[in-house]
Amino acid sequence: MNWLPPALSTYAADIDRIFYVILVITGIIFVAVEVTLIVFMIKYRGREGRKAYYIEGNTKAEVIWTVTPAIIVLALAFASQDVWSRLKNPDRFPSDALTFSVEAKQFEWNFTYPGIDGVLGNGDDFTIRNQLHLPVGQPVVVHTSSIDVIHSFFIPVFRIKQDIVPGMVIPVWFEATETGEFELACAELCGLGHYRMRARVFVHSQEDFASWMAEQS
Amino acid sequence: MATVEAVAGQMAHAHHDDRSFLRRYIFSTDHKMIGIQFLFACLFFLLVGGLLAMLIRWQVAFPGKPLPFGGIFPETMAPNGIILPEFYNALVTMHGTFMIFFAIMPLLVGVYANYLIPLKLGAPDMAFPRLNMMSFWLFVSSGIIMLASFFVEGGPSAAGWTVYAPLSAVPEYSGVSAGQQLWIVSIVFFAASSLLGSVNYITTVINMRAPGMTLFRMPLSIWSLFITAILALLAVPILAGALVMLLFDQTIGTTFFLPEHGGQPLLWQHLFWFFGHPEVYILILPAMGMVSDIIANGSRKPIFGYHSMVFAIAGIAFLGWIVWGHHMFQSGMNPLLGTSFMVSTMAIAVPTAIKVCNWLATMWRGNIQFHTPMLNATAFVAMFTVGGLSGIFMASNSLDIFIHDTYFIVAHIHYVLFGGSLFAIFAAIYFWYPKMFGRMMNETWGKVHFALTFVFYNLVFFPMHIIGIGGHMRRIYDPTQYTFMQPMQPMNRFITISAFLLFVSQIPFVINFFWSLFKGKKAEINPWRDNGLEWTVPSPPAHGNFEITPTVYRGPYEFSSPEVDEDFLPQTTPLNGDRRTAPEQVPGD
Repeated sequence: MNWLPPALSTYAADIDRIFYVILVITGIIFVAVEVTLIVFMIKYRGREGRKAYYIEGNTKAEVIWTVTPAIIVLALAFASQDVWSRLKNPDRFPSDALTFSVEAKQFEWNFTYPGIDGVLGNGDDFTIRNQLHLPVGQPVVVHTSSIDVIHSFFIPVFRIKQDIVPGMVIPVWFEATETGEFELACAELCGLGHYRMRARVFVHSQEDFASWMAEQS
Repeated sequence: MATVEAVAGQMAHAHHDDRSFLRRYIFSTDHKMIGIQFLFACLFFLLVGGLLAMLIRWQVAFPGKPLPFGGIFPETMAPNGIILPEFYNALVTMHGTFMIFFAIMPLLVGVYANYLIPLKLGAPDMAFPRLNMMSFWLFVSSGIIMLASFFVEGGPSAAGWTVYAPLSAVPEYSGVSAGQQLWIVSIVFFAASSLLGSVNYITTVINMRAPGMTLFRMPLSIWSLFITAILALLAVPILAGALVMLLFDQTIGTTFFLPEHGGQPLLWQHLFWFFGHPEVYILILPAMGMVSDIIANGSRKPIFGYHSMVFAIAGIAFLGWIVWGHHMFQSGMNPLLGTSFMVSTMAIAVPTAIKVCNWLATMWRGNIQFHTPMLNATAFVAMFTVGGLSGIFMASNSLDIFIHDTYFIVAHIHYVLFGGSLFAIFAAIYFWYPKMFGRMMNETWGKVHFALTFVFYNLVFFPMHIIGIGGHMRRIYDPTQYTFMQPMQPMNRFITISAFLLFVSQIPFVINFFWSLFKGKKAEINPWRDNGLEWTVPSPPAHGNFEITPTVYRGPYEFSSPEVDEDFLPQTTPLNGDRRTAPEQVPGD
């Protein structure tokens, strides 16, 4: 049984690993707390003529259950930090990336591709609605913008999500590891058509992508 | 001392109650009656929020199928009983709005801060009884305005309960104009009501404690309500201010949150969550406090680590101010901020863990009485733990990239606010009902209600974690639009059927609540053999509460004390030697 969608970007497995680490740690704590609770409820259930043990606290025990969670959560924060900054900090984006842009509006995605010269803003750019085409094994940076409300750029199999804010241009990067057709969703409530603000993601082989790009421009 | 004399003066009225019906039940200034008024109003809004949830669940599980009884909705909402996308967004928005602002928050604060603070501190009433009455009627007005928004052209707000701009600010974007304005006006009224309440609670706690009731002899319920009132006093005005800016953007052409003329949509989110995260603790801290009282009572043991419990409440409240950015990891704010907000958010796990461990340690070697309030309180501990742990997933900024805005967050918030707050509210209702109404609720039906609610609640919300991890977005009108979500439809139908059963499971509670008002067993003064001051006066207490201002000799959790034969020792019972040592004055003077 696999709950998570397939992991098809270079960093998807890193995010999944954080998920499983937190799942194991919280799972252990969950079982420990619930089992303790149930055992106490059975073992110390009220009985006639018995009196509870009178105790108001224990400093040593309280120090232990203050310090232990502090160490665990700090470790988790450190473990999360590198993936976060690799994904979201533009200074650490891959330098050899293809650059596309997307303009979101109610309720569609308009992707602009650089054409064969590989540079946005020169004459051979072209725009396609609701289709994101990219080559496998090649980092892609998408500059996102919105002309109306906030949308959110979400490709589950790549494990990437980024809100798109009108008035801002926010870069998003990913590198696909497998070819195929996937889905891009809007993840931020954006109006009555939010639920169908969907785009298809086509991951091509490098050669197929090059010929597709040439065909379009 | 002046306070005590003023109190004594008011006591004269306690003996004969010659207030008219109107002054007694409708425009009452008695904190107990206001608490009860809040209780009835909030239970009504809880029902409204629950009904909206049923409509949401129907649509998610059976998109495009006509609602049973759908004919009652107008063409603009659900033609032929089929819910429209814009109506679905309105349902989602109003479910969150009613549950957070009109059910959970006032159930905790409006009802129990009002009812418990004067009674538990030995005061005859609130510091400002008329402000208190005004607070209630502002709340009612705000609820009526919010309900009215269903009946205006365009329907109620459909921008989510967080009303993110620009969707909320520009009517063309959401298709809602008057409804959104009514939403704003309603919440501004609500904010005023909340402010008046907070001022009252804080003043009462500081100035009106009975002699001997030092701060560190206050029950944790009062500590948490006190700290919650401080949070509300500081947080709610931020929301009110931001809402007025939003209203201006929508009506008179300002652009605080619109990018066209230099406004900034993210400013709305910063303001909203700077209020919104303290708000989350407003919704849980009083629950923690009341559960602490009930667990100590049910375990017949002092609360374990009373002082660390107080400091944990204060710690959570303080940290609540510096974590709001974790709602905004993916919002487009500077990613460097994501790191600092992750660390401060993770830090909240520490005081939270202290509380859970102390509750468990309170039950350790206890003599646990499984009355209905105790069952609900233990369910709080069990379920809040799940909600707390699932919070760690989202506190990790990198994992949050994937699970943000999915059903995982929906599962999380419901484990905290239903599994946590609402179980605590049920515990509190069952526990203080005899004091409020002078009659006991039926224990058997209380246990039936608890068992059904506990089972179906978990069947509804636990699977949401799983579909959330599968990438299922929240607030999606028709999940079958996406190929990757189609395999989750059986789970969605399972959740929906469980939700209907959860809703039906509340019928025993409703019947029990109203039946017991008239037919319940007469309540004794102290049916739970508790130590609090409210259990030393008749059930229900007379206007003015205490015939003689009580003197307090000890903290509230002296259960199974070796000093007495019984397993409880009320705060007001003097033991040998207590008379000499009891403080003569209200502490803090």
